[in-house]
Amino acid sequence: MTPDALIYDAIRTPRGRGKPGGALHEIKPIQLVAGLMQRLVERNPMETSAVDDVVLGCVSAIGDQGGDIAKIASLYAGWDTDIAGVTLNRFCASGAEAVNLAAMKVRSGWEDLVVAGGFESMSRVPILSDGGPWALDPETNDRTGFVPQGVGADLIATLAGFDREAVDAFAVASHRKAAAAWDRGGFDQSVVPVVDSNGEAVLARDETVRADCSMAGLSGLKPSFAAMGASGFDDVVRSRYPEVERVEHVHHAGNSSGLADGAALLLVGNETQAKRWGWTPRGRVVSTAVVGSEPTIMLTGPAPAATKALKRAGLSARDIDLWEVNEAFASVVMRFQRELDVDPDRVNVNGGAIAMGHPLGATGAMLIGTVLDELAARNQRYGLVAMCVGGGMGIATIVERLGD
Amino acid sequence: MTTVRLETDENRIAHLILDRPNASSNVMDPAFGEDLAGCLDALEAGPDLAGVIVRSEKKSFMAGGDLDLLRRVDDDNAATVLGLLNSLKRSFRRLELLHKPVVACLTGTALGGGFELALACTHRIVLDDPRIRVGLPEVTLGLLPGAGGVSRMVRLLGLEAAMPLLTEGKQLAPDAAEQQGLVHERAATTEALYEQAKAYIRANPEVCAPWDRKGFKLPGGLPNQPRLAPLLSVAPAMIKQKTHGCYPAPVAVLAAAVEGASLDIEAAGRIENRYFMPLAKGPVAKSLISTLFFQKNAIDGGWNRPTAEAEPIRRVGVLGAGMMGAGIAWACASKGIPVVLLDVSREKAEHGKAHSEKLVARRVGQGRWTEAQGNDVLDSIKPTSDYTDLKDCDLVIEAVFEDRSLKAEVTRAAEAAIGTESLIASNTSTLPITSLATAVSDPARFVGLHFFSPVEKMPLVEIIRGEHSSDVSLARAYDLVKRIGKTPIVVDDGRGFFTSRVFSTYTYEGLAMLAEGVPAAEIENAAWLAGLPVGPLAVMDEVSLGLLEHVRAQTRADLEAAGQTAPEHPGDAVLDRMLALKRLGRAKGAGFYDYPAEGPKRLWPGLAQEFGASVTAPLQDLKDRLLAVQALESVRILDESVLNSVAEANIGSIFGLGFPAWTGGVLQYINQYGLDAFVERATDLARRYGDRFQPPASLVERARNHQTYQDKDTRA
Repeated sequence: MTPDALIYDAIRTPRGRGKPGGALHEIKPIQLVAGLMQRLVERNPMETSAVDDVVLGCVSAIGDQGGDIAKIASLYAGWDTDIAGVTLNRFCASGAEAVNLAAMKVRSGWEDLVVAGGFESMSRVPILSDGGPWALDPETNDRTGFVPQGVGADLIATLAGFDREAVDAFAVASHRKAAAAWDRGGFDQSVVPVVDSNGEAVLARDETVRADCSMAGLSGLKPSFAAMGASGFDDVVRSRYPEVERVEHVHHAGNSSGLADGAALLLVGNETQAKRWGWTPRGRVVSTAVVGSEPTIMLTGPAPAATKALKRAGLSARDIDLWEVNEAFASVVMRFQRELDVDPDRVNVNGGAIAMGHPLGATGAMLIGTVLDELAARNQRYGLVAMCVGGGMGIATIVERLGD
Repeated sequence: MTTVRLETDENRIAHLILDRPNASSNVMDPAFGEDLAGCLDALEAGPDLAGVIVRSEKKSFMAGGDLDLLRRVDDDNAATVLGLLNSLKRSFRRLELLHKPVVACLTGTALGGGFELALACTHRIVLDDPRIRVGLPEVTLGLLPGAGGVSRMVRLLGLEAAMPLLTEGKQLAPDAAEQQGLVHERAATTEALYEQAKAYIRANPEVCAPWDRKGFKLPGGLPNQPRLAPLLSVAPAMIKQKTHGCYPAPVAVLAAAVEGASLDIEAAGRIENRYFMPLAKGPVAKSLISTLFFQKNAIDGGWNRPTAEAEPIRRVGVLGAGMMGAGIAWACASKGIPVVLLDVSREKAEHGKAHSEKLVARRVGQGRWTEAQGNDVLDSIKPTSDYTDLKDCDLVIEAVFEDRSLKAEVTRAAEAAIGTESLIASNTSTLPITSLATAVSDPARFVGLHFFSPVEKMPLVEIIRGEHSSDVSLARAYDLVKRIGKTPIVVDDGRGFFTSRVFSTYTYEGLAMLAEGVPAAEIENAAWLAGLPVGPLAVMDEVSLGLLEHVRAQTRADLEAAGQTAPEHPGDAVLDRMLALKRLGRAKGAGFYDYPAEGPKRLWPGLAQEFGASVTAPLQDLKDRLLAVQALESVRILDESVLNSVAEANIGSIFGLGFPAWTGGVLQYINQYGLDAFVERATDLARRYGDRFQPPASLVERARNHQTYQDKDTRA
């Protein structure tokens, strides 16, 4: 019988502002990961040699984040040298992909216990600093119709008719929900404060949440992608979307995901781990999916990925109690809600990356933990995590809460 | 007989002399490749030299590649062409590796291959003659500099500075070339140039290219520098904004530049080859070379000038100081031809002159002209309302509203004031010249001179031969057009002549698409994606729907008077409705577009309600229709002998109508499409969209005989 992929724990750091001066900027990425590894063992006593593999997502895996940190962090953390480690990159879905892959490893029966998650210190290793032909090789860039994600997000808004007010309202709600969740302790179960080697607190709460975020405040922000669009990217769009007279540039720093630093880890294993270590599974990975989607608009993958995962699980959208759709940009989630006809009140109930930031390689793993926490708090069953992904991809993970 | 010869002077300086026998300029062809390799053998084997001077015996240094060969590249001769590229690259590299001072003495223009040779020299001195140009314009003919030019330009200037020069094919005058670092020195005279060359050789006995020096670093850094990431990621999009995705060369040259930058120069050269060959084999370069080089050169050389001795025009009268008249006055006066600008009142005439005042002020402000130059030009425009002021004009150009009786009235008044030898021209864009000529006593001296708006920007003038226009009259008009720096095509008389008739098929196709319920944005974007500069709806707003209606009404009236019925067009109903809605175009603040006080114009949302917007037309159909409808009308015009040559059709369409250059013009477009394929496509479009796409019999016949559209004697 196929083993279940059970989630025994899911923890994350708070998210720091992903720029120099952000609270986590002074913490090395390997420390973010190793700190969580240590905490994971404290929360879930075990011999670390039982772990088969550490699978971590990271988008810009160079410099401080280079060289397969998944392995090196487990050495740094003092874990058993028998454990392997792999760092992977599926752009913004890297953290989710790590969890999905861990689930597959366990469900295949070839591994028993896997630590999965992701990390990104965007303040130290900025987005795009790993180069790559998609943007930086002119032939590839031209052939694939590269445009920056923000222009794609603006195109989504244009096609759907989401105006500036609508996307701003979405952003205000994200902050409001995140602030409320923090206030009622909604993240206490999973967020592990970052402390330094002297034991001094570095960051205990997500740094960028603003309870006082308002429409009036956002209205002063200038569109972030209008100049990029005007320099030629809008014309790349035009060649793929001739029905669009002009791209309405509605996204800005306030209604797009923030640059962030952070890490997340999940403990994924088969049923025998529960008996072996006396653990109680918190959830089960029901199904996973990845899809490709049109690359110029780029960010329309969440709905088809979710649909694919639902089909694989034999579920329908009505069976899903809570949705976490990564708030890369407001329009991405708004389009998703419309495409799957989902009640907005069940989407990102504790806010999202617009309020808390999007540490690229970590976010997917964070969202899986967040939805498990909230399913438990509400005593509900199914959660679906979906994300848009660079290059035109989508990813989804369906989890079922276990326990009482 | 050799295209390059080697001589050694008393200073032990070898002279590599470019001197192609029996030719006015040097060309980089296979013979040159062989001869240059022979010279390098001698240089390498020869006695100890102080240095090398590379110079030309022609007026120009070297024109560039062998375009006649380059537009015939196919799978059969690809190996030969690649061999030539490699041979040139090897010779240039050998020259560079002599480790001697090698001076390119640019006493004349050095473009393309010629400048690639210069870049392989350790030093470049250019004669300070503002007519000289240097640069690598290959991209403008759909190619890239394949003889090391990309690799060396990048190494010389760095990626950031080289990029615009390479991707736009900029040609620089000596001062700009020195400023940008393309040449090291300028010289006041040829003698001084050679003295400077010798001085450089004396001062630098051992020298090599910067990129052959130990520790060479690419200026501005390698492409993997994070600093370059923003530029690299947007560069292809910036190119797309200009090319509309229709021209493959700019991205190819960018790619060759970027990819080669991190490699050694030999490997970078191989990257050039890999991007060069697909361009050379592809259709766009062939069309660009045929039309923009061979056909354009033929016309620039007077190939289409009516053969007659003709007295030059010394003074021009312009009737009507509206937008066109004011533009024509500027076009003549700014090239040193005095103008009498006449309108019904002195005030209106002054207003027309104000247009020139604005343009003069701009030039003076930019430092391109001195105040004195500007004043001379303005002094040469005489605004008046008095016909007797025209008396010394040997050409009067009528540029009043398109109304027969008004035109006849002013023309007659002008004729009475001018001499019996003077020429009279009408700037009508549609009315048959022969009919307008009836207003004057001697129709032999009456021609059409169709300028395009805005006159100061549009390079074409369509000269129309009325039934009675004499060759002398046409030749005089032709010479004037050349003298004011514009490109003349000469066509026969007929309603709308060539350009207006073709233009109207374009605008009416846009109307027809709207009538079918195609969303307006798709129509405009399809035009953009086909390479057209302005969508059909936008362009109608510019010329005004009122003018369209006026032309249509005049056409109907004329045809009915001749006992014929005007043809109906599926776009007519849309025009009628827009007229009824009083949405007449930009000038009225509302047309197919809205023109808000702030922000850019926007397509009028009401179009969807008026005409529907639910049809999902294949994009390729929309693009093909907008081009094919113009090409097919041009075939008919050629059939009717209103057009006299293929070259004039192609050049006229590109420079007068903005027909996209990647096609090589309206008739070359059919060649490029493939005659058989085009006939098949047109037949298919006719079946689905209307008889206007039915290929004329002459075209079907040509396709059957594999007879592409070519003139006999343009080399094109």
